[in-house]
This record gives sequence, C-alpha cells and structure tokens, in this order.
Amino acid sequence: MSERVTAPVEETDDAERTVETGAESVIAALEGAGVETCFGVQGGAIMPVYDALYDSDIHHVTMAHEQGAAHAADAYGIVSGEPGVCFATSGPGATNLVTGIADASMDSDPMIALTGQVPTAFVGNDAFQETDTTGITAPITKTNYFATDSDTVGDTVGEAFALSGTGRPGPTVVDLPKDVTNGATDRAPGEARTPDTYDPQMEADDEAIEAAARTLEAAEKPVILAGGGVIKGDATEQLRAFATEYEIPVVTTMPALGSFPEDHELAMEMAGMHGTGYANMAITHCDTMLAVGCRFDDRLTGGVETFAPDAQILHVDIDPAEISKNITADVAAIGDAATVLEQLDAELQHAPDAREWREQCQTWKEEYPMDYAAPEDELLRPEFVVETMDEATPDETIVTTGVGQHQMWACQYWTYRHPRTWVSSHGLGTMGYGLPSAIGAKLAAPDRDVVCFEGDGSFLMTCQELAVAVHENLDITVAVLNNSSVGMVRQWQDAFFEGRHSASQYPWVPAFDKLAEAFGACGFSVTEYNEVAETVEAALEYDGPSVIDFHIDPESNVYPMVPSGGDNGQFALSEDQL
Amino acid sequence: MSQETETEIEGEYERTNGLRGPPPEARPRPSGRRNSQGTRIDPEVEAERHPRRTVISALVKNEPGVLARASGLVSRRQFNIESLTVGETTNPETSRITLVIEEPEPGIRQVEKQLEKLVPVISVQELGRDAVRRELVIVKVHGSDPDKVHAVTEMYDGTTLDAGPQTITVEITGDEQKIDDAIDAFQQFGIRELSRTGQTAMARGDEWTTDVEEERYERMHERWQTPTNND
Repeated sequence: MSERVTAPVEETDDAERTVETGAESVIAALEGAGVETCFGVQGGAIMPVYDALYDSDIHHVTMAHEQGAAHAADAYGIVSGEPGVCFATSGPGATNLVTGIADASMDSDPMIALTGQVPTAFVGNDAFQETDTTGITAPITKTNYFATDSDTVGDTVGEAFALSGTGRPGPTVVDLPKDVTNGATDRAPGEARTPDTYDPQMEADDEAIEAAARTLEAAEKPVILAGGGVIKGDATEQLRAFATEYEIPVVTTMPALGSFPEDHELAMEMAGMHGTGYANMAITHCDTMLAVGCRFDDRLTGGVETFAPDAQILHVDIDPAEISKNITADVAAIGDAATVLEQLDAELQHAPDAREWREQCQTWKEEYPMDYAAPEDELLRPEFVVETMDEATPDETIVTTGVGQHQMWACQYWTYRHPRTWVSSHGLGTMGYGLPSAIGAKLAAPDRDVVCFEGDGSFLMTCQELAVAVHENLDITVAVLNNSSVGMVRQWQDAFFEGRHSASQYPWVPAFDKLAEAFGACGFSVTEYNEVAETVEAALEYDGPSVIDFHIDPESNVYPMVPSGGDNGQFALSEDQL
Repeated sequence: MSQETETEIEGEYERTNGLRGPPPEARPRPSGRRNSQGTRIDPEVEAERHPRRTVISALVKNEPGVLARASGLVSRRQFNIESLTVGETTNPETSRITLVIEEPEPGIRQVEKQLEKLVPVISVQELGRDAVRRELVIVKVHGSDPDKVHAVTEMYDGTTLDAGPQTITVEITGDEQKIDDAIDAFQQFGIRELSRTGQTAMARGDEWTTDVEEERYERMHERWQTPTNND
C-alpha cells in the first residue's frame, strides 16, 4: 500500500479549486486525493454531492444497485491499490451498500463510501429515508464519520480516504447530512491526512527479526505462507526474491493468489478447505512457517488443533491484533510486509538446509496432481472451461468471480502469476460479487483483459449490472458455470445432509445468453466440449460485454476438500473420503 | 495449475482419471497438536489457559460514539465483560474507559489490541494487580429498622443519602469485595433496589495508568504555565 495519499500538485492556474458548499468541498477532497473514477446511485439525501460532481472531471459510473457500486469500488481498490469510491443516498441506499462494505472489511480492501443522510435537524426522528448509517456500519468499517460541519466536511472526507489506504487497508464511511453538504463554505479541504492517533508500525523490532532469522536458519521443513497482505503491501517482488534466494516452498491463501507465480518450482499454490493436496501436506508437515500478511482464517486452518502442529509460527503482519488471534505466534514481526521481508533478508546468514524437504514437496506435487476426468462424450466439466479460458487469454488477465463452486474451480484451475489479477470475495463470501467487481476492475485497468467467472445462482444476484457494462462499453467476458443449482450448498447436502437438496436446486434460472442480449450484451450458450474453445474465442473477440452460459455437468463437485474444522492433512479427494 | 500429467494433442486435452493420490488413512500424520486457542502444546499435557479477571484502562478521544464503538466491539467479539465505566479526564478532549474482563490470556491480549485498533482510542493498558480500584453502589432498603441499617452503613464507611419512614438509601464505596459484602449485609433488611457503577481504576503510586499520559500531562501543564495578560 502506498503511503502517499496526496495528489500531485498541478502547476496550473486553476489548481486551487474554489468551493462554495460543503458538497463542493467533498468533491474537492476526492479530486485532491487523486480520485479519477467513482461509482454510485443517486437519491434524495445525496443530491447536493451529485450536483457538485456534475462540474467535476471525476468519471462517475451510475450503477443499477448500490451493492454493485460497493463491489465495483472494492474491485477498483484491489486492482489499483488506491481506495475505490462509492456513493449512495440515505436509508435504503446506505443499507444496500452494507454487504459491499462488509465484504471490503473482511478482505481489508481500500474503499471509501459516502452516504447521504437526512438533514441534521431530522436525525433521530425516524425521518423519511433515515437510517443510522454510522451505527450500522461501525462493525464493518475501519472507522466511520458523521459529518456535522460544512467547513470541515472536506477534511473529514480526506481523512477517511487517507485512513482507508494506510496501514492495514479497510473501508471507511462518511455520512453526509443534507444540510452539511448544502451548507455554504469557502473552505477548500487541505491535504488528505490520517489522524494523529493512527500510526501503524512499518519496521519490525530488531529482536523479532533476529529471532525469526535464527528460527528460519535452523529449519529443516520451512514454508512461506503468503497471505493477502503480500499483495496489499506490494511485497510480491520481495516475496519472490526471498523465496528463491533461500529456496523455501511457498503456499498461498486464497486472497494471495498471484502473490507468487504458480508455475514456479517452489509454488505449492493455495492451501485450505479447497486448496491443493500438496499445499495442505506442506502446511501440515512443516516445522517452520513464515506467515506473511495472513490472518489464519478458518477456511485456511481447518481445526486449529491440527493446523501446522509441529511448526514454529513466524507471523509477519501490520496489524498487531492479528498476532495470536487464531494461531499462537512463536515470533511476531509487526510491520509492513515488504519492509519486514527486506529486514529478514538482511539478517539471515544462510538458507535453511531443506533439500530433502523440497524434494518431499515435489513428491507431493506428483502424488496429488490437480486433475480431472473429462471424457468428450459426457457432460461439460467446469475445470475444462476454466483451463481453456486461461489458455486463450493473455498473461496478466484479471479474473473476478462470484462465490461458490465456480469460484473454487477458478482458484484451482487457473494459473495465477501476477498480483492484482485475482479479484474475489474471500472473507465474506458474497454471491454476486463477480460482475460488479469486473466492472470496477476493468475501469481500474482498461488495458487488461477481464474475465468474470460466475455461477448461475451467484450471477442472478447482481446481473442487472450488465446494463452498466453495456452503457460504459466495457470489454469484459462473463463465463457462467451453470449447473442449475447453488452447487456448493448441494455438494454439502450430498456430503453431510444425506443428499436432501433443500432449496438448493435452481431449475428456474433463465437462459443467460438471452438475458445478456436483453441488456444489450453479446450472449452465447455452450453444452459440448467441441464448442468451448471457439465460443471462448468469439466472446473474447467481441468488443464489449459478453456472457457465455456454460451448461456444465450438474454433478461436478469441488475436490480436494477439507471439511469445516477438519485436519488439512486429511483432505478428501472424493466424497467417499469425507 | 495442472501438472505434467496432461498430453496436448493439437489443442485437444487427453485427460486421465481425475484426482488421485494416497487416501487420508495412508498419509503420514504430524506428531504435534495445538489447543483450541491455537497454541502448540505438548500432547502429553493438553493444557488450555484458564480465564483470569483483570482491569483494562483505555484513554480515548472525548467524541460522540466512542463508548458505543468500544462496547459494540466487546459484545461483537464475545469478550466476557464484567463492567465498563467511562468519564472525562482533566483534559476535556479525552475520556477514560475502564473495563473489567474475564478471559484467558489470548483473550485479554485480543481485547487490548482490538480496542487499540479503534481510531478514536489513544492508548490501552492492562492494569497490574496492585492498581487502585473503586466501585460505588447505592442501596435502597426497607426503613423499618433504621438503627440497624445505620450500624451496617457505618460498618462499611457508607453514607446515608436519604432516610424516610418507608425506605433508607445509602451509598457505599470500595473495592469489589467490599461492595459484595455490604450488599450481603444489607440483605437482612430487604433490599428494594440497588444500582452499581462498575469499577473505575488507576495505576498505583507514581506509575502512569497508560503509556501516553505522562507526555500529555506535561503538554497540558505547559499550557497552564503560559503567562496571561492579567498580571
């Protein structure tokens, strides 16, 4: 995460924007912070802000639903590294943002939400379209603000923006009563700054670095566990240098896909509930784990009793509260991921003697390959679709997903090589995240290909945003892995509920190719193996949003699998091993 | 993702048999274990740390919503809290929140660190066992035996706040144990109502309660020392 949150001062005559209202000060603060794109939905209480936006060079994308605005802003932040911005009005506008804010909070994404609010005099009266936005969002924001003064509202927005992207990123909210944004002021906001009580530690203490280095030097079975913080902290170069220099195998969490090239010899890929067999063997049997920017989520650890039970845990994180929250750290190095990796590199005197361990890791890769059976005369396998699309797209293509089985197949069968190419909902697991986040990702990186994997159930939750993609003429390709069910739920019902498919079958989903066409996008439908490659090519060729409705084998399930709270080393390769 | 197991024939995949490898029962198992708190343990002694009761003091910015944030945090993360008090300090810009919690060691550290993450929180400290702790209770008992009530009040260095023909209301201040004892003693008269404040506390002697307070005190002191034009 860049520490600099100030916009470059432009040497022009009109560099100093004059403001006349609180709303103009809000927009001036965003401009000052370097914001170029934002997302939102109009409404009564936010109208003054939109009126001020009318004269601004900031590109505003009107979304179909506020949830779409929040996810788009979230993805914009993930891809660009700078906080994404979204707007909503009071009441239902603000409550529609809540899922997207919670999503950003769980994944530590930089994002700022600006919500309209009823005039101050009406607050607390249960006025029309009034909700307690700061109260509702308190548990899901890094911090939030209730603006009270037209003179200072711009500075408040600047502070919220700066705070969102500094240290451990996270969403912030500024609630904007209409009288505050309408109010007269000539005070232009100052430079965006974090408050004086906020001072994240960037460099780890010497003792911690020494202890970590000595432990690593003595390790016989070391692994690096790379978490999302490696990407957030722009530490992928340092990670790669460190891992290759000391020849330590690298396992990643799901948010860390792309933090280390998966085609590298040392890559063990993703661990956890649906991680690879070899990654789970490596984290179960290691004797030393250098965990960088990860919070030991339960989907990664399985039952904590069986997680890396022989390992010394060296935990690197910028947030002290993550240390020993779920897994007790033997050494805690508080600081910025890139900085701490450089400190460790400087302190280490030699690489761990781990040749045998590396050979063991390679053996596990051969023992537990990620593979699937795909006879041409049977129903379409989703893994084949993912691999075909990976083959057909350039190296730095951005992948976004919804949540469910399709998301796991996208994790498992796409080869990630670069940071900020994987955009997904991890901690919250928000169905419908894929399409709006593809919109945000494409606007953050217009020169990159964007592929969105969705499931049928997930896609239906936000498919209205196709209209926005068409209007903005965004060249994104949506692959719906359609099994006419919420497949992950169905898979669990098969495994743990005696196959009682309660409310998980979706025979009623529409024809997604026709739905796409109704929105003005290009639609395709695929049922056979021999149609996959050419349809993918046609969809990628199409200059604008396209949707491919892949009718996949409805029996396809996601394996390997560690059941909830299970032992990672005991991952099941099929249902009968659960 | 896929390994060298695939053979590409003019763009056509020839797939084999899906996932394979030794089944769970055929794999090596590590020897160690962790307890439910995520701490690596000697399998011979499956020890989990027991909860202990302690006092945490937080210096916070005196602005609306801070108390709601702190208490919301405690309930949301299911910390086991006994009491929470709050009040302004000598500097009107800050308040002190005092929490009494009962948690195992990792939980206590989590309370401190999660509180510290709240932006309006300036400094957080767990107080030592020797900290000065006080609580106040107001007890309203039936007034049929005023002399006896007065005697018990005296015994606990209490103060009578209100006495009438029907009820007597007294105030007792002290540590938690003393308050508990006093309430027990007043039970004989029949307690109609009572209200307790929860504990407030400070570090003993010349020790500062949290680590930023000395510096803040010096700064305020300088402000008071600034000469005015009234001389």
